[in-house]
Amino acid sequence: MASVRQAVSVNITPTGTTQSIKHEAAAPGPMRMNVNKVNFYYGAKQTLFDISLGIAANKVTALIGPSGCGKSTLLRTFNRMHETVRHARLEGEILLDGQNILSQDVTQLRRRVGMVFQRPNPFPKSIFDNVAYGLRINGSKVPIAEAVEKSLRHAALWDEVKDHLHKSAYELSGGQQQRLCIARGLAVEPEVLLLDEPCSALDPISTAKIEELLVQIKDLCTVAIVTHNMQQAARVSDYTAFLLTGQLIEFSPTPHLFTTPGDPRTEAYITGRFG
Amino acid sequence: MPAGNARLRWRKFVSGFMLTMTGVCALVAVAVLFFILGYLVYHGGTSINWNFFTKLPAPVGETGGGMANAIVGSAKLLLLATLIGVPIGFLGAIYLAEFSTGPIAFVVRYAADLLNGVPSIVIGIFAYALVVLPFKHFSTLAGGVALGVMMIPITLRSTEDFMRAVPNTLREGAMALGASKWKTIYTVIVPAAYRGILTAVLLAFARVAGETAPLLFTAFGNRYWSPGWNQPIESLPHMVYIYAISPYEDWQRQAWAAGLVLLGLILIINILARTILARGVSVPRS
Repeated sequence: MASVRQAVSVNITPTGTTQSIKHEAAAPGPMRMNVNKVNFYYGAKQTLFDISLGIAANKVTALIGPSGCGKSTLLRTFNRMHETVRHARLEGEILLDGQNILSQDVTQLRRRVGMVFQRPNPFPKSIFDNVAYGLRINGSKVPIAEAVEKSLRHAALWDEVKDHLHKSAYELSGGQQQRLCIARGLAVEPEVLLLDEPCSALDPISTAKIEELLVQIKDLCTVAIVTHNMQQAARVSDYTAFLLTGQLIEFSPTPHLFTTPGDPRTEAYITGRFG
Repeated sequence: MPAGNARLRWRKFVSGFMLTMTGVCALVAVAVLFFILGYLVYHGGTSINWNFFTKLPAPVGETGGGMANAIVGSAKLLLLATLIGVPIGFLGAIYLAEFSTGPIAFVVRYAADLLNGVPSIVIGIFAYALVVLPFKHFSTLAGGVALGVMMIPITLRSTEDFMRAVPNTLREGAMALGASKWKTIYTVIVPAAYRGILTAVLLAFARVAGETAPLLFTAFGNRYWSPGWNQPIESLPHMVYIYAISPYEDWQRQAWAAGLVLLGLILIINILARTILARGVSVPRS
């Protein structure tokens, strides 16, 4: 496992406060993405400080922390959605398969790194057209009907919608809409799927369905999820990063972080003393 | 407590009085419309017949005749106006709603509002200077330009509003799938806002359909057919103007009839627009 050890020490750059902990980050497999010394600013206000971490391939990595800690901001840099906000500025580098995403064509990047948002945001189109959207705009050559069915099956939605694919997506329930958005993201076969608090607007049953399918889609792509729900992070993720006021406090395998947190602040957060 | 009772009675009286006043004023506002409609039907209804829609105006002294040339003329003028006003207003609105955030947007928006408030006769002078003077004669083209210019700010501002009402999450959703900005706009934003946009266009259309002033020295008027786009042309509102101030009773009746046709057209467009909009904005506001 020598190469893996090396990967860890490269990817998880120690910063003064968290040095001892991060070295305990257990050896992930190959990295899909590497975040190197990222600083982020909204205008003059810095919201991320010197973040470095790796997103392991075909695993679920969770970003947790209290509101305003920068976890969503960090996630949005992974496919450069932060660029839609004015006065946003990023320093450092983010690698996808070893290539810096900041110097790539942004539309190409987003085809490889998809995103599911906090609130379900299906387009005002039919269920079928929603899933087919990404394939169509990218001029994909694959048979669209098959790809749509495959994606809906992966998102555990096929059985519920197969008889009315041409109904408006808005006729679905909130939980179904969110699974539709996941299917829409999966349809273009991304390498990484980012989820920004995907269950925060959903009821517990819908949430359970999404958590279940997250664990399954690991085989298809790498998953990074932001959640304010620690139990959710514990249930679905393989690695967990804890952020606080823009700093990465701790990054470890999930069972490790939740059972033997290495930093008193992590412990305080996961035991519910703040946040 | 008698004093308390008196106070209470007074308050109840004021309340009842104000309620009645608001109701009466609301009624007056609606009554004006129905009064106009009734008056037009009363005076002009008898002159509306097949000839009115198919015949040219009759010479002075002869009875009968119609306004076929004015109806076709209005249609041609409005077609031209729509072809000029809608694309500019629509694309300009896309720019304002989707691309610009800085001072340019502010200036464009402000200028559009000003243009909307410019008296229509001034727009007529503008079209006169722009089209009539260089061509050295009045024309359909000049009238269409005048009406088209009037349609720009109405289409622009309401289309912009409807596009802004599309939730940002849809833009993000499309962009996160690798759609470029322009692709996002024409595959997601415009389809999501199309009912509103269509309504905006219809209302702009209805607004300029009844304009007379900008046509006085651009389209000018014409008692005969106006082939092509390069000759003076008649229009319904202008016909109303000419016939209403004429001394002939027969013409005056026809002016009422023309007014009725015009109002009917505008009412139909308005109802159509409301129906389209009432079917619901296609995107839930979240």
